[in-house]
Amino acid sequence: MNPYIAGTMLGLVLLLAMFISGRGLGASGGLKYCMVSIVGAVDRPHADKSVFYSKYFEDGKKPLKNWLVLEIAGVIAGGFISGAVSGRLKLKIEKSPRISNTRRLVFAFLGGVFFVYGAQLARGCTSGAALSGMAVLSVAGFVTMIAIFGSAYLFAWFFRKNWI
Amino acid sequence: MGPISSLISMPEWLDLLIALLIGIGFGFALEQAGFSSSRKLAGMFYGYDTTVIKVFFTAAIVALVGSQFLSFFGLLNLNLVFVNEFYVTSAIVGGVIMGAGFIMGGFCPGTGLSALSIGKIDAMVFFAGGMTGAFLFAETYPAIQNLANGAYKGPLKINEVLGISPGLFTFLLIAAAAGMFWIAEMAEKRFSRPDITNEI
Repeated sequence: MNPYIAGTMLGLVLLLAMFISGRGLGASGGLKYCMVSIVGAVDRPHADKSVFYSKYFEDGKKPLKNWLVLEIAGVIAGGFISGAVSGRLKLKIEKSPRISNTRRLVFAFLGGVFFVYGAQLARGCTSGAALSGMAVLSVAGFVTMIAIFGSAYLFAWFFRKNWI
Repeated sequence: MGPISSLISMPEWLDLLIALLIGIGFGFALEQAGFSSSRKLAGMFYGYDTTVIKVFFTAAIVALVGSQFLSFFGLLNLNLVFVNEFYVTSAIVGGVIMGAGFIMGGFCPGTGLSALSIGKIDAMVFFAGGMTGAFLFAETYPAIQNLANGAYKGPLKINEVLGISPGLFTFLLIAAAAGMFWIAEMAEKRFSRPDITNEI
């Protein structure tokens, strides 16, 4: 789809979230709640003792019963619908022909570790902090956006063999 | 006057159903934008495909202008819409770490989910890495608590810092975006890589 039309569609979804629920869009937050829920299921005493996890279980709260978790479940469903409509459903590893599958997957894993760690620190990722933040004129949104893209440009040279 | 969630007390199931529906729209838009392809996303940083900046700024401007129109016509109270709180250090340090993750993995969390939904195995691995990153953050939180909560400035708005109206700032942002779109189009010609763009 033309990027300006897709961008308009994305902007309207964001506007809808602001108008209906008074909040922006997010992605990394939902991952955090899923992770907290797993930790709670595996080792509940550890979760109750921790300053980080305990707040998600206070007063019998269930971390999976959360706006952000349902939202990312929707993201997966919406992406699937779009892929089905446009004939893009296919199980595959996408990578440059110059690198091996293993190399692609190792870097994909590391990328995930870094991205979501940083997103927890900055209280949001490209969606929750940068995009939604900019739409409400928050300084945090603009600063995070510049930091993400600036740093990716800075590091792009070191990882160029993976992509070009 | 919206947001609707402030007008009526929504039962939990309705609130969560709305979250699911908004998520479906979000995921659909991300996938239609082409964000389910890591090589397309990475193109932003090598110049051969600049879809990212076009979609990102168009979306931010549509939501920004739309919300200000709704507010102008008395349909949306912007004081009730969440504004991200500004913790100077963690916004910058977190952003730099995210940028490194972006260029290594080729996804951000939202685009990774949209790619995973259409069967990209690298995105599933990115997701596993993301869960690990969230876990590492939780486990290291006691040690980095001061960094994470330091230099707190509150839900600061950029137009207030600059001492201008939201409308004027929005106008300047649109002008800046138009300039960036023009540069992006030039970059795609200058750094064109048909071998990559024909495959993605």
